Amino acid sequence: MAQKEVILSAKDVEIQFSLRGKKLNAIRKCSLDLYKGETLAIVGESGSGKSVFTKSFVGMLDANGSITGGEIIFDGNDISKYKTEREWLKIRGKRIAMVMQDPMTSLNPLKKVGKQIRESIELHQGLKGEEAKKAALEMLEKVGIPNPEKRYNQYPHEFSGGMRQRVVIAIAVACRPDILICDEPTTALDVTIQAQILDLIRHLQEELKMTVIYITHDLGVVANVADRVAVMYAGQIVEYGMVDEIFYNAWHPYTWALLSALPQLGVKGQELPTIEGTPPNLFNEIKGDAFAPRNKQALAIDFVKEPPFFKVSETHQAKTWYLDPRAPKIEQPPAVRMLREQMRERG
Amino acid sequence: MAEREKLIEIKDLQITFGHGKKKFVAVDHVNFDIYKGETFSLVGESGSGKTTIGRAITRINPTSSGEILFKGQRINGKISKELDKEVIKKCQMIFQDPMASLNERAKVDYIVSEGLINHHLYKDDAEREEKVQRALREVGLLPEFASRFPHEFSGGQRQRIGIARALVMEPEFIVADEPISALDVSIRAQVLNLLNRLKNSRGLTYLFIAHDLSVVRFISDRIAVISKGRIVELAEAEELFLNPLHPYTKALLSAVPMPDPEMEKKKKLLVYDPSVHDYSVDKPVWEEIKEGHFVYGNQRELEEYRKEIK
Ligand SMILES: Nc1ncnc2c1ncn2[C@@H]1O[C@H](COP(=O)(O)OP(=O)(O)O)[C@@H](O)[C@H]1O
Ligand SMILES: Nc1ncnc2c1ncn2[C@@H]1O[C@H](COP(=O)(O)OP(=O)(O)O)[C@@H](O)[C@H]1O
Ligand SMILES: [Mg+2]
Ligand SMILES: [Mg+2]
Repeated sequence: MAQKEVILSAKDVEIQFSLRGKKLNAIRKCSLDLYKGETLAIVGESGSGKSVFTKSFVGMLDANGSITGGEIIFDGNDISKYKTEREWLKIRGKRIAMVMQDPMTSLNPLKKVGKQIRESIELHQGLKGEEAKKAALEMLEKVGIPNPEKRYNQYPHEFSGGMRQRVVIAIAVACRPDILICDEPTTALDVTIQAQILDLIRHLQEELKMTVIYITHDLGVVANVADRVAVMYAGQIVEYGMVDEIFYNAWHPYTWALLSALPQLGVKGQELPTIEGTPPNLFNEIKGDAFAPRNKQALAIDFVKEPPFFKVSETHQAKTWYLDPRAPKIEQPPAVRMLREQMRERG
Repeated sequence: MAEREKLIEIKDLQITFGHGKKKFVAVDHVNFDIYKGETFSLVGESGSGKTTIGRAITRINPTSSGEILFKGQRINGKISKELDKEVIKKCQMIFQDPMASLNERAKVDYIVSEGLINHHLYKDDAEREEKVQRALREVGLLPEFASRFPHEFSGGQRQRIGIARALVMEPEFIVADEPISALDVSIRAQVLNLLNRLKNSRGLTYLFIAHDLSVVRFISDRIAVISKGRIVELAEAEELFLNPLHPYTKALLSAVPMPDPEMEKKKKLLVYDPSVHDYSVDKPVWEEIKEGHFVYGNQRELEEYRKEIK
């Protein structure tokens, strides 16, 4: 494969929150190289650290949280060391923009939608007056909002959920960011609307040559948008690879569990495989493989020693002892085998 | 097919909100039966009228015309006190948002027994407590959870509390209104398994409401697709996936996210455009186009649909 350009590189990032005098280790030595122009999906159940990890790329951690280790290199600078809003304002919104799950958190309910987009354009593109308005109208059109002229003068509450999310995307994209982070932007929407928003994000990504990080807990969505996938559990990435490698040849037991639990892959009349138990308490130190207590096929070593990443291919690695040459032979679960067989049968 | 007992029959149901100029028809010309012991799913996008139908069956929403029968008896409109009480007991509802549907200030014990208390369905406190404990156990919660508050529980556990609350009434029929939409994927599987297990152990019948066809295939016996207050297609689950006929059903199917990147990347998203139907002269009908497979369309459309059937 051709050498790809790394646009952002997070290395051994650690993030802690203090809560009533105690420390919660939300991100535990998490590393990620983001390649220019790709769509990377970060997937994992609630609380795995997807939002916290990516919020640290734009300096938006809650006040009780801080980066306590590692580095985040963007454009030659270690942005994890930024302290002031002034430093962040050069990055946030301009170079790295974020779209959140609930559009209302990013929109001002008292301001007309057009004005909000125009402000983003004025701030970031340096356009003014009629020019800025024209660009804002173009943006509304670009994100698929019919009647931009009329919509320009409406308030957020006059938009449906899906249309509101389009507005948020328009504001985020109006400043032509290098990286767009979409944090579960469709979780609250109907599937039909979700599919349209995914389509929109894909088109904008191509047209504007953005790099996209797409956060979700739903692997169905991942298959649609991602070039590459990182699976997150208890504050760490535990497996990453090209989207095909994750769906047709996953190796981490947590990725297996996420795939197997999908109703789309369920066999009627049989129980769906579930992930029992809960993620580990991040206030405590975690010993061994964080997923081991929920893994029915955990190895003895999983409870003792944290596994390193093992290479499956040049682009695919998983942090599990299953891939150690000394490990007993373990089969991938039926869901993964079925997906691979179906893929082969299609040829 | 052998004669199957119809638990619920819905005949030409119409439900409106408001009056006069503000009158709004939310549900119209709805016809379907739910057989005892089946999971019947109602699928369509937000605002299509799914909850309104569920609430009409459980007598929360009044109907404006048509009939709803439970075990052959009409249960909409004016009915006797005894029948009303029976419907309240036998037809229960589970809600989408476990957070919003539980009273945050009440303990689980009260939340689960609220129905029993409101309708005096227990002899003494000992019996009520026993019923609560049994319901909690059945949904996989510990009996000691009874003395806790909802905020101490995760989303999945709250949904279990919502299910326990319905179960304690010993219902025969449950309207499950998007019970897993607000849950994490990993917890969805647990709740679906639980609903399936209860269906078998308690002999329950479900009306399962969803906006996502992908979930519904796995649990449903039959599926009805609803658009703008009107059912446009109804068939057995596998038949509907094999032979989706109405363009709205096809659009919903195309939007389902499949966990298979090759398939997803090739797929064409279909957007439903209601203006494709020209019903000005050739009027639409609700037609059984194949045994057990109903679709809404006019003669010209039905002709096309017949050719499409595999
Ligand atoms: N402000 C905060 N204070 C304390 N803990 C927090 C705070 N924000 C997030 N966390 C914790 O950090 C962990 C990761 O959260 P998050 O990144 O939001 O997960 P995800 O986005 O994957 O659902 C969770 O355990 C969460 O409870
Ligand atoms: N109490 C009500 N008063 C007025 N309109 C209502 C009421 N309840 C529902 N509606 C309207 O009826 C339609 C169907 O709503 P609903 O049954 O909740 O849809 P769904 O459950 O399919 O999302 C919507 O247009 C909704 O706004
Ligand atoms: Mg999050
Ligand atoms: Mg509803």
